[in-house]
Amino acid sequence: MDVSWYLVLSALLFSVGAFGVLVRRSPLVILLCLELMLNSANLAFLAFARSLGDQDGQIMAMMVMVVAACEVVVGLGLIVAMYRRRLPLDVDEARELHG
Amino acid sequence: MSGTTYGWLVLAFPLAGSITIGLTFKLVSARTAGWIGVGSIALAFLAAIGALVELLSLPAEERELTSVLYDYGGAAGIPFDLGILVDPLSVYMALVVSGVSMMIHVYSVGYMGGDRGYHRFFAYLNFFVFSMLLLVLAGNFVLLIVGWAFVGYASYALVSFWYRRETATKAGMKAFVINVIGDIGLVFAAILLIKELGATEYLAVFERAPETFTTNEWTIVAICLLLLVGAFAKSAQIPLHTWLPDAMEGPTPVSALIHAATMVTAGVYLIARAHPLFGLAPTAADISAFVGLVTLFLAATVAMVVTDLKRIIAYSTMSQVGYMVVGVSIGAFTGGLFHLMTHAFFKALLFMGAGSVIAAMANNQNIDDMGGFRKSMPFTFVLMTIGALALAGFTGTAGFFSKDEILAYAADRGGIYWSFAIGGYIAAFFTAFYAFRIIFRVFYGEKCEEARELEGGELAHGEPVNPQDGEAEDYDVGFPGEEHHIAERSWPMRAGMAVLGIGALFAGYIQVPGVDAVLEHFFEPVFESSPLFEIVPSTLDSWIGLAVGSVVSITGIALAYYLYIVAPGATARILERFRGLHRMLFNKYWFDELQNALVYRPVIALGRFANNVVERYLVQGIVVVARGTATGLGDIVKAAQSGFIRSYAMFVLAGVVGLALYFLIAAS
Amino acid sequence: MVEVAFFAGAIGALGGAIAVIGLRNPFYSVLALVVHLVSLAGLFLLLYAEFVAAAQIVVYAGAVMVLYLFVAAYVGNIDEPLWEPIPGQRLIAPLLGLALFVELSIAVLGTALKTLESEGPEIASGFGSPAAIGELLLEDFLIAFEAASLLLLLAAVGAVVLAGRRPDPDALGEPDPEGANR
Repeated sequence: MDVSWYLVLSALLFSVGAFGVLVRRSPLVILLCLELMLNSANLAFLAFARSLGDQDGQIMAMMVMVVAACEVVVGLGLIVAMYRRRLPLDVDEARELHG
Repeated sequence: MSGTTYGWLVLAFPLAGSITIGLTFKLVSARTAGWIGVGSIALAFLAAIGALVELLSLPAEERELTSVLYDYGGAAGIPFDLGILVDPLSVYMALVVSGVSMMIHVYSVGYMGGDRGYHRFFAYLNFFVFSMLLLVLAGNFVLLIVGWAFVGYASYALVSFWYRRETATKAGMKAFVINVIGDIGLVFAAILLIKELGATEYLAVFERAPETFTTNEWTIVAICLLLLVGAFAKSAQIPLHTWLPDAMEGPTPVSALIHAATMVTAGVYLIARAHPLFGLAPTAADISAFVGLVTLFLAATVAMVVTDLKRIIAYSTMSQVGYMVVGVSIGAFTGGLFHLMTHAFFKALLFMGAGSVIAAMANNQNIDDMGGFRKSMPFTFVLMTIGALALAGFTGTAGFFSKDEILAYAADRGGIYWSFAIGGYIAAFFTAFYAFRIIFRVFYGEKCEEARELEGGELAHGEPVNPQDGEAEDYDVGFPGEEHHIAERSWPMRAGMAVLGIGALFAGYIQVPGVDAVLEHFFEPVFESSPLFEIVPSTLDSWIGLAVGSVVSITGIALAYYLYIVAPGATARILERFRGLHRMLFNKYWFDELQNALVYRPVIALGRFANNVVERYLVQGIVVVARGTATGLGDIVKAAQSGFIRSYAMFVLAGVVGLALYFLIAAS
Repeated sequence: MVEVAFFAGAIGALGGAIAVIGLRNPFYSVLALVVHLVSLAGLFLLLYAEFVAAAQIVVYAGAVMVLYLFVAAYVGNIDEPLWEPIPGQRLIAPLLGLALFVELSIAVLGTALKTLESEGPEIASGFGSPAAIGELLLEDFLIAFEAASLLLLLAAVGAVVLAGRRPDPDALGEPDPEGANR
């Protein structure tokens, strides 16, 4: 398969993830959509690594995975903290920082 | 030391005195502050004498010394520097100012005793002397204006000295505003001078003026008229005279110094100093002389009628300054300046005596309430009589010689100037009358209650009420209050008055026609460029004038004697017959009301309009519009800060999409 | 053969993604994401990234997703109205997503990069193997490697702090059940 297929797929997955971030209200699901976007980026990195014959792209994908894991950990910690304090798990309710 | 060094010292001493008193007012006792003030003026007087000696040691042509302390290098395109001019005219003025001030300072040490504002008084008084000396010693028009303005401020500070009195503060403001009108005239004159001649320094201006202007060219006439606006405001000539009677609200030494000897003579000095300019604009000089004539006449008529003691003397000042203005305008420079000096002596003396009398009357200044103080206040009586004699121009006194010097010159110049001589003599008759009106009213006649008490040794105590408008006084802040001082009980007052009395009697002998002409020779270097200086009345004409003057003054004194001593009710009957005329004179020709209607009210209305319309709608409107715009823009931007995370994410995504679109388009 | 694998992976990934955004129950969304991740791992294998694929399965689909599952179970079901966006977003969000996709596609397909039109160059046999990755990590990208480990430490500490029980639960005060409504 041409590399461009993978890239188009990556673009599609990224768009879907972005759309999900915009329309879902649960913080948990928004985090999941963020995962979608990160993984699509990973796919793009690997596609380019393949097309250039360079393994640096794979290293980058590894790093992305590390960062994603850390971000997930912190994000879930936030959600748990919110739940413990009986705050509504709805990003539209967290509106205090407005102008 | 050179003449100019003395000149700078003359300026430095009073300024140092003022600053010292001002800074140490909590540290030194009141009397000490007073003597510091006297001391600094005394030193200034000595420095002025030093400058005189230095000047006389030079040959006559060289008696024009200039000294520049700092050259501003044409800052803001105006060529001027911090420079003084030491020549016969300025040294003469410095001597008169510092000498008379010294005596008034001595008097004030006694008179102001017990006043809470004692230190403040001497600080202001010293500052005033400094300003006046700056005015006369200045070497260029800009520094003159600086001194002029300082003098105006000092007079404001001193007139409204008892600042808790509403009448006093109003009077101070009135004096200051009218003075500022004069300042405006001076400033415009200076602007025109700079524009036409490119210089402000006296010597440079007087050199270039004849080359640049033809006689009576409208520019030079305009410059001279603007100078006259300034001169008339300071010297209280009609129509800018209304501040002077009201300025009697200030303490008596202030009236003596400012409104008799120094500030009101500043206009005269100016006209004399600028005589080359006036020589090129005879029209302006004639207008000036005419205004002086009108003033001297009208003021003398009013002085015959008003009943407030200090105001009579104030109108007298206006009238005598009118004589001086006439003198220097028609070319009798020596006469005008001579009269300046003698007037300083006798007028200050009269004010000082008046201060003593008013203190005895517990601040009541109405002469109708006074009478019979001759036995209880002998010293005051003698010295006031000396002053009145000099004012009336009685034979042999200083005022006799100086006034007639002017009038003889006017007669000698001939033609239309005869009117000045005639008007001058008629007014001299009035002057003699009202001078002795004061004496006969206050010291002769039935003893008033205060006089009787004083003979018994009791000094009358006043109510804490302003005699003018019945407002309650704040003795806590100022006024001699319970402790007023009459000359008989206070030796500084007596010392000051005595020296001036000697001057009023004998100062005339330096310029007796045909015998000596000390002042004339002294002034020669300054005025010889003027063709008018050449006109010297012959000795015979002068002596005829002196004889006429004697007759006039004796007749005036006799009339006063008749009306007040011989036939005591006569004045009341005259008043009944000429009620209308009396009313016009008593209301001072309604000048105050006229100014109120013509100037004050329209300006106030304009101010109100500006406040209600321009300020509220235009200026505030701009602010409101600006605020509205800023707030509106802010509201628009604020809409994006909704607090919704998802909308923020949307903005981010929109940004990315836009950016990508841009790159795509750019790359294609 | 490769094409079949590709399309299988692609469909799995895409389906999982759509399920993530579309399913109401967050627990199901998590499961959908697992499917998506496994499909992606397959695609990674096609791209000769064996180690990365293995890491994806073990770390991502294994550890990270388990975390998600735990939290989803703990938090429970949230009754969320699915399609109630902020005013205006109902129209703009799909538009933006579509626009993004279109632009990226144009960028990819219209590119002048020749290599994208082919499969890529000949690959050496150790390409993407653990040995090769390990070599790179410890030689060329050592700093990134160390930084990543530091980051993991930070994240672990942060999580403990965030979710740890406070010693005095009374000091929290009454939380506002309405949330940030002001």
